[in-house]
Amino acid sequence: MTLKEIAFRNLMRRKTKAVFILAGLMIAVATVVTVISLVEAMTEDINHKLEKYGANILIIPRTENLTLTYGGLSLGGVSFEMEEIQESQLNKVSTIKNAANVAAMGPMVLGAVRVQTHRVLLAGVDFESAKILKPWWKLNGSLPDETGVLLGEEAARVMNLKSGDAFEVNGRKLQVSGVLASTGSQDDQLIFTRLATAQSLLGKSGRVSMAEVAALCKDCPIEDMVKQISEVLPGAKVMAIQQVVKSRMEAIHHFQKFSYGVSVVVLLVGSLVVLVTMMGSVRERTEEIGIFRAIGFRKSHVARIVFIEAIIVSGIAGFVGYFLGLGITKSALRFFTESHSVSVPLNLELAVGAFCLALFVGLVSSIYPAMLAARMDPNDALRAI
Amino acid sequence: MSYIIAENLVKHYGAGDAIVSALRGASFEIETGEFVGVMGESGSGKSTLLSIMGAMNAPTSGRLRVDDIDVYSLRQEQQADFRREFLGFVFQSFYLVSYLTVIENVMLPLAIVNANNKQRRALAQEALSCVGLANKANRLPNQISGGEKERVAIARAIVNSPPVLLADEPTGNLDTKTSAEIMELLLRLNRDGMTIIMVTHSHQCARYARRILNMTDGRLFEKDLGRNVLTPAADLRFACLN
Repeated sequence: MTLKEIAFRNLMRRKTKAVFILAGLMIAVATVVTVISLVEAMTEDINHKLEKYGANILIIPRTENLTLTYGGLSLGGVSFEMEEIQESQLNKVSTIKNAANVAAMGPMVLGAVRVQTHRVLLAGVDFESAKILKPWWKLNGSLPDETGVLLGEEAARVMNLKSGDAFEVNGRKLQVSGVLASTGSQDDQLIFTRLATAQSLLGKSGRVSMAEVAALCKDCPIEDMVKQISEVLPGAKVMAIQQVVKSRMEAIHHFQKFSYGVSVVVLLVGSLVVLVTMMGSVRERTEEIGIFRAIGFRKSHVARIVFIEAIIVSGIAGFVGYFLGLGITKSALRFFTESHSVSVPLNLELAVGAFCLALFVGLVSSIYPAMLAARMDPNDALRAI
Repeated sequence: MSYIIAENLVKHYGAGDAIVSALRGASFEIETGEFVGVMGESGSGKSTLLSIMGAMNAPTSGRLRVDDIDVYSLRQEQQADFRREFLGFVFQSFYLVSYLTVIENVMLPLAIVNANNKQRRALAQEALSCVGLANKANRLPNQISGGEKERVAIARAIVNSPPVLLADEPTGNLDTKTSAEIMELLLRLNRDGMTIIMVTHSHQCARYARRILNMTDGRLFEKDLGRNVLTPAADLRFACLN
């Protein structure tokens, strides 16, 4: 018979109370684990999506004047009077340190042209790169050949053109091979054609107005890549498109803060459950504690019994709470992310953290009941003597 | 010098006008190996006296010395150690821990001493044999009779071989036959050298004591029954007479 055995036997006797404490702590730990796992999984999901998101770096000619909005994103200065970037210079991007992180680079030449009675922006793009850079494009029709164009939805509506129609630009006949579904961006108002075709029509052979880069930045800071590209293209201004990333990350941070707040509240409730239940248990055991004290148990021995009980229950709560939290996270992810591929791996650090957190909460909440038990006067407790 | 010396013990409860004097200056001496009965009406102060002797209830004034140790000059934790090393308690209501088996109850005082579980179990088994309950070691308290519970309480009180046994109405809840058996057991322990101080209402039980301390209204009157004073055994451990 040791203090540990006394504690264990008492827990086994008061199963309901032990289960109550266990449940309170387990829910608290599971909540914290769920929140942390959920935030981690959602961040991973966003990173994963960002990899597919398309362009996240823009390369534009360095300029002092005019700004233009493109694709709903704030771009740097783009001026029709600006000096374009030499297309050949873009090859230098493949020499940067993080070149492996460049998923795609799409040079684009822009110029205003007249179609029928309308002035419209003609964009020459690399349609292969566009599949990665603009994954949201939905094409009604087919990709254009050398003499073909794609129309943004708004451009098609205003110019009253549809797939198969033809029109002339600078004396060259172009045929509409497809119309883009509405993107909600400025793409809706543009005419897209192959880069070489546009360069030829606009008289900008070998030059591009800008380039979009899709960087896989899960493992590298995008700012580093911007800096590296700037170094190899000193005549260009290189910018990270951060608005979308930032807004989504901000949303996650808000969720994170809110969730951590909820976790703290749940932990407090859990610790209160432990405190109240332990207090009740100690009061129920007045006689027993009186016996212990009368036969020579020190206050520290009595307190140790209470703490050992707390450690046993908290340890189990930490262990079970971690796996419960993982399970809840897996279920919750279906509601929080569209992707079903996000994994919730076993995280040793989190598991150890959950275990330690449960022990900490259990022990801290048991301090007062342990003191109460230890302070119990054996004479008052037994009354008989 | 006497083993237990009480000097002018006074105990008041409450304060101001509501003050109650449970002990009004009790002085006595008890030699090693004595069997002393404490008798008196309800409210006479005998339980207060026993709790003071048990290092569980500090007197308002006066001094208690056991084995030349001034008990109430000790700090609380030292008093707990004193109880463990010097005293064994037997309560009227047995006070067994309901979820522990008989042997586990007996092992309780050993839970905090420096011994392994095997040694603890052997000592507890020895104590149970001494009180004649070796065959009921694995029963729970609710599976044994009142007399057996009292025997378990006695086994628990003697398992760590204390020199003094304090018994509070040890036969209060028992029938006459069982009471006699318990008293015979206490007498055996006393003959083995254990000092026994027993609070009792029963004159039958008091017959087993050599001396009677009569309590009336917090005051002590001594009556020597002139029975043998036993010489202490060198080793008190379970030298049970059969």
